[in-house]
Amino acid sequence: MTDVIIAGIGQTPVGEHWEISLRSLAIKAMLAAMHDAGGLRPQALFLGNMLAPAISRQAHLGDLLADFSGLSGIEAVLVEASGASGAAALRQGYLAVASGAVETALVVGVEKVTDYVGPEVDAALATASDSDFEAVQGVTPAALAALLMRRYMYEFNVPADGLAGFALTAHENAVSNPNAMFQKTISPEAYRQAEIVSEPLNMLDVAPNADGAAAVLLTRGDLLPKGYAHPLVKIAGSAIASDTLALHDRVDLLAFDAVRISVEKALHKAGLRREQVSFFEYHDAFSIYAALSLEAAGFAARGQGWKMAHDGSISRTGSLPCATLGGLKARGNPGSASGVYQAVEAATQLRGQARTAQVANAKVGLIQSLGGPAATAVTHILQAV
Amino acid sequence: MEIPRHWRLKQQRYSLVGETCPHCEAKIFPPRDVCPTCGGEAKTQYAFSGKGEVFSYTTIYEAPSGYDETAPYTVALVKLEEGPIITAQLTDLGDQPVEIGMPVEMVTRKLRSENEERGILIYGYKFRPVLSRAA
Repeated sequence: MTDVIIAGIGQTPVGEHWEISLRSLAIKAMLAAMHDAGGLRPQALFLGNMLAPAISRQAHLGDLLADFSGLSGIEAVLVEASGASGAAALRQGYLAVASGAVETALVVGVEKVTDYVGPEVDAALATASDSDFEAVQGVTPAALAALLMRRYMYEFNVPADGLAGFALTAHENAVSNPNAMFQKTISPEAYRQAEIVSEPLNMLDVAPNADGAAAVLLTRGDLLPKGYAHPLVKIAGSAIASDTLALHDRVDLLAFDAVRISVEKALHKAGLRREQVSFFEYHDAFSIYAALSLEAAGFAARGQGWKMAHDGSISRTGSLPCATLGGLKARGNPGSASGVYQAVEAATQLRGQARTAQVANAKVGLIQSLGGPAATAVTHILQAV
Repeated sequence: MEIPRHWRLKQQRYSLVGETCPHCEAKIFPPRDVCPTCGGEAKTQYAFSGKGEVFSYTTIYEAPSGYDETAPYTVALVKLEEGPIITAQLTDLGDQPVEIGMPVEMVTRKLRSENEERGILIYGYKFRPVLSRAA
């Protein structure tokens, strides 16, 4: 198969965009990506979103966005896999270009959560779990993460502030990201005193839900416009794996098997080894997800993932920089758009355009987006050409 | 109003009816007709005892809509005697602290009520600490 190049990237700041509609958010990112690609026009649009039917009373988003971005006529569909929807759309775009079915594909992830507050958003997010056997018990995504975190800390004797390093690192890195929601550091003391959400999970273990849209334009290397302005970044590997939808149905609750499987498949496809990964954009919607992802991806032994945050391994100058532009925790968690933000951020690192957030010698970026507690795991490997 | 949807689940919600696999004897809850252990077809009904222990637990303070009236409430992963783990609220706790490994048993309680006029009440399983014989 031919190389699939990320020719253009675009994003909106992540935050509470009361003044910007769902469609406007998406279109800002889409137009930015097309512009960044030197004016390339897509033949297909793959869109990741989860909450629009519940929060914006809007389905049929593929058509809406093609329509309002002046692309009417092209193939345009929604891809849904809960919080991993954007990343799943990225894979569809990758497959479409790699297969030769289309020459150019635009991938956009968009989420608009702030038109409702609190209980309605929690109820909408809970539909990503097993509606009949989890959500009906009043369980939220944060509660599922808390159940995981409690068991993890119990089995591996993790101290109360053992996971603090994930939030601290994310915030430290977000200082250099103008699109991040929280461009400020936090102290270990702030973590210890943070308000409890669901014991043992506190406010700083949780990435804030926010509005945002990110887009990438994919094409083949031989189709780039003359005078293309950026260093080339390709998608070297791509994989999706699934696990049981309900957390309670896992044979091994703390294993995150979909993470393990998708990382192995993506590395195999890319012909790369774990040791060659320059940085890892994990899905830190909750700090416990980051710990379990590091373990399942093979970067830490079982029960030891939290230590990588504790000892600085995941900091920008550590052995495996993670959440290099703030991750979901400090850049903000724009739901389905998160996976596309990761692609934009990884491409920025691999182009060497991350300014003060730049990871030194960044050659290979592993990005991973999760739907639910790794019920779906989407892994891509981006590589500087 | 989602009456048929909840009516269909009455055996699971009121009686913890799952399945047992005729091939490998795995006990399955909720029913899924395909054994997650051996992959064989498993449609034989099996009623669980309702006894189990707390595998993990937490408290929800900010509840989703439909549940905010009863917040805060405790939810747990309960490991049933027969093997499967299920997600359920804990109830009748009083002042008793919850611990991993605590024995619990199933009871039937109101899970939620729809807010609108003539909305339905949904009943189902919750778990309480096992009552001691002396009590």
